[in-house]
Amino acid sequence: MADHDITLTVNGEEYDLAVESRTLLIHALREGLGYTGPNVGCESTLCGACTVHVDGEAIKACTTLAVQADGREITTVEGLGEDGELHPVQESFQEEHGLQCGYCTPGMIMTSVDFLEENPDPNRDEIREALEGNICRCTGYQNIVNAVESAAEKLEEAE
Amino acid sequence: MFPNKFDYVRATSVAEAIDLLEEYADADTEILAGGHSLLPTIKSGLASPEVVVDISGLDELAGLEIGPETTTFGATTTYADVLHTDGVYDAVPDVAETVEVIGDRQVRNAGTMGGNLAHADPASDLPAVVVAADATIQIQGPDGERAVPASEFFIAMYTTDLGPSELITAIEVPNVGDDEGATYVKKKSPSSGYAMVGVAARLRTDGDSIEAARLAANGAFDHAQRLEAAEDALVGATVTDDLAATAAGAATDGVEEWELMDDIQVSSDFRGQLLEVYTERAIQQALDRVGVAVSA
Repeated sequence: MADHDITLTVNGEEYDLAVESRTLLIHALREGLGYTGPNVGCESTLCGACTVHVDGEAIKACTTLAVQADGREITTVEGLGEDGELHPVQESFQEEHGLQCGYCTPGMIMTSVDFLEENPDPNRDEIREALEGNICRCTGYQNIVNAVESAAEKLEEAE
Repeated sequence: MFPNKFDYVRATSVAEAIDLLEEYADADTEILAGGHSLLPTIKSGLASPEVVVDISGLDELAGLEIGPETTTFGATTTYADVLHTDGVYDAVPDVAETVEVIGDRQVRNAGTMGGNLAHADPASDLPAVVVAADATIQIQGPDGERAVPASEFFIAMYTTDLGPSELITAIEVPNVGDDEGATYVKKKSPSSGYAMVGVAARLRTDGDSIEAARLAANGAFDHAQRLEAAEDALVGATVTDDLAATAAGAATDGVEEWELMDDIQVSSDFRGQLLEVYTERAIQQALDRVGVAVSA
């Protein structure tokens, strides 16, 4: 019972893999399957660098067992864009310079995508609150909030 | 931050989960739902279970139902499920508003109502609210089902009335009536967001006097508990401008300094002061809300 055969669908691709009970989803994704978009930051549910979507909802992959995600659909930052085009939220982070070192960016983007699906027209306070669980040590957040604001407009225009 | 090794078993029903807990009764066994209390505890070395029983996939424990008198939360209902349910702010505004301030967005997508209560972190937000709301904790174990009032469920830090092979199945919270006001206010830790002191209030009025009052605090003591002296100061009192302040002064009556938590952020002395201030705010806000709808 210490090893388990599980199936993960990551960015539409189905994988069968064997994991230990204690393997965290973030490690299964990064080391088991090579999805190095989600990062390992604090490893204690605080910084959000490991944020991915499980069945469409943003969660912290450092606080989820890989075996718990058995049979679920996972989206990492690598799976956001389509046909070689960046997702509008990714584009906005680039245009608004919503990053410096970039380490927190995959998590910021995954949380923002989940948030904008629920609240397509947020104000700046709501954006800051939505990103409460994602920590950036470089930017001071100003440009990140700008990026999410601009992404919201882009997504609305695209509808 | 790698968890120690453990065996993982996935239950396919509540009955099977209880059988598994019994089967591994001699081992150090933990229940896994959202994992947002258990995994941090395991990773930090505070827990090192030999067996983890996963109940997160049990549909019979998920979801909430808003009835005419009570709202029932299945144990594995996530915080996000609560916030995405229409009518929850009307039925149990204090619970909804509390869930809204737990953790962060990602945590609320994974953490569960039952997991929160079973973990019984003294600084968590939900315990005071269920105690003040006079909620009932539904428990199932080898000897069948039983119901425990929330005020008797929390015993000490990380310690509840749950037996070794028992689990929470649901939390039943009485709905807030038209003549009632309910709220939860907290002084949060600037670093963790947990409650340094949090006070929940449910007041029922009869004209211009208070017919019933339930107040409870978390963050202040080693477990969530009622503030009975302050409740006594409210019941039967006529609502005046200074009632909240007067009654809140009783929040620390009979409380010894050692009973108040003392840590690097807040001394027990300062906690006592915070407890009175936040009790006053909770009472006042609950009074202001009688008959007023609370929105998301």
